Amino acid sequence: MDNAIEVEGLVRAFGATRAVDGVDLRVPSGQVLGLLGPNGAGKTTVVRMLATLLAPTAGMARVGGLDVVREAARVREIIGLTGQYASVDEKLTGRENLILIGRLLGLKRRYARARADALLRDFDLREAAQRPAQTYSGGMRRRLDLAASLVGRPRILFLDEPSTGLDPRARRDLWERVRQLQAGGTTVLLTTQYLEEADALADAIVVLDQGHVIAEGTAAELKARVGGRTLFLVVARTEQAVAAGNRVAGIVGTQPQVDGDSISVPVSDPSLLPAVLRDLDSAGIEVAELGLRGASLDDVFLSLTGRSGASRAEPGEEEDAA
Amino acid sequence: MNALDQTLALAWRSLVQVRRNPWELGDYSIQPILFLVLFLFVFGGAIAGSPENYLAFVLPGVIVMNMLFVTVYVGHGLNTDLTRGVFDRFRALPIPRWAPLAGRILADVVKQLLCIALLLFVGFLLGFRLETSWVHLLAMVALVLTFAVAFSWVMVLVGVIARDPEHVQLFGFTALFPVTFVSSAFVPVDTMPTWLQGFVRANPVSLLADAARALMNADGPALEPALWSLAWALGIALVFAPLSVYALNRRLARG
Repeated sequence: MDNAIEVEGLVRAFGATRAVDGVDLRVPSGQVLGLLGPNGAGKTTVVRMLATLLAPTAGMARVGGLDVVREAARVREIIGLTGQYASVDEKLTGRENLILIGRLLGLKRRYARARADALLRDFDLREAAQRPAQTYSGGMRRRLDLAASLVGRPRILFLDEPSTGLDPRARRDLWERVRQLQAGGTTVLLTTQYLEEADALADAIVVLDQGHVIAEGTAAELKARVGGRTLFLVVARTEQAVAAGNRVAGIVGTQPQVDGDSISVPVSDPSLLPAVLRDLDSAGIEVAELGLRGASLDDVFLSLTGRSGASRAEPGEEEDAA
Repeated sequence: MNALDQTLALAWRSLVQVRRNPWELGDYSIQPILFLVLFLFVFGGAIAGSPENYLAFVLPGVIVMNMLFVTVYVGHGLNTDLTRGVFDRFRALPIPRWAPLAGRILADVVKQLLCIALLLFVGFLLGFRLETSWVHLLAMVALVLTFAVAFSWVMVLVGVIARDPEHVQLFGFTALFPVTFVSSAFVPVDTMPTWLQGFVRANPVSLLADAARALMNADGPALEPALWSLAWALGIALVFAPLSVYALNRRLARG
């Protein structure tokens, strides 16, 4: 299978800082790659280099078989870009924005209008088509952003933190659209801070930290490296937390982390849950909340780098590359 | 579709924006009229004896001042595109690198033209009558527009350097006010202190206002101030165009 995106030893320095420091990537045509990492990991810098917005300091990057430096103009003909850095004109209406992009891509006026209307219909923006984009909600804005990047029917699509700042419903909606694109054969490279998102959309995941690739594989492979799941419980009365922690340790076999009224511990056997509940109940410890959760990006990070920091990122915060 | 069509599409976009922004629309329509009427009726009596006598003097001055103020929007718009990510969207499209800038400056020329036409029309309503010919008037318009295009590069630089659009406006108007007022745009130079007169006579705003006045009123030599204005325009473009492009590339390379 040929690769839509090929990156070797990609480096980008800003002054003395190496925002991207020797990254290798390979995305087979028609696949979705999730570039996962916390703020400042270098995700956006990678995307900007692949989208010809930023010249690499060193290394090689080919998009659609074309070199992003020497053949930048031709790369721009086959890519679409959506994200924090590529946005629509807020003062134009949704329809005007799409027509403008169509015209810039060389469509005749009539075709640019037809394409805009088709996209507005596909993205549920018909009713808002004549309103300036600055009046759109976050979810509508992101749909318009995505529609704008699809005007030219790109073979390769870059989505830079597509769901940052979206509410859960808008996020699901966006995911559905990415899946449709993938089904249509589009190659997608998306960056995200959420393992859940990479898990939901990506065929393969590359974890980036401080400009380096620290892990790659499928979501399942990454989670397997992190281990099983985490049992967490919240006691109703904080003064019982330590006692509860000790009882949990007795059942699970590992000393849990106790933080105020909440207790968490990695478990490999989910069937321990009822046993824990029964035991705490018999000891007269009232449980406010009890459950299992899958490995989060924080867990992945903790196990890969030995330090936390992934979930500190505020949604909507710009990646600080410099 | 070629580079020219793409530039025209981008110019169209800058012009359509105005329709959606009442403030900007006001700046292109109400503001110039307000300048003209205020100067005429507030200062006219003191400067020229009566508003009627002042009109022919001040109208070209207001045209030049308004032209300078309108160029601020080139920087303001560019900065908005840069900070909001619109510029990067354009850069990721297969269009020439210079097209977004060219589109903006072209749109600016259209806005300038509309402002000048509006001021001439209001001036006419207030009693202004052309003392020269249509050819002279067109020469005046061409001269002012040429200067506007050259001076736009100063505002492009401001737009690239400024942190946000508000700072472009703040800096733009703060710098333009003294340059505009320490000129012959609104008062005869010989009423000013001698130490100031040298500066005022060399100020391109004075030269441009004098040339515009001569081309509209036939009240003095037009060629000499017109040539000096063009020399200034050329000088400004030669300094600020490369500087702007350099600053823009630096900003874009920052990540």
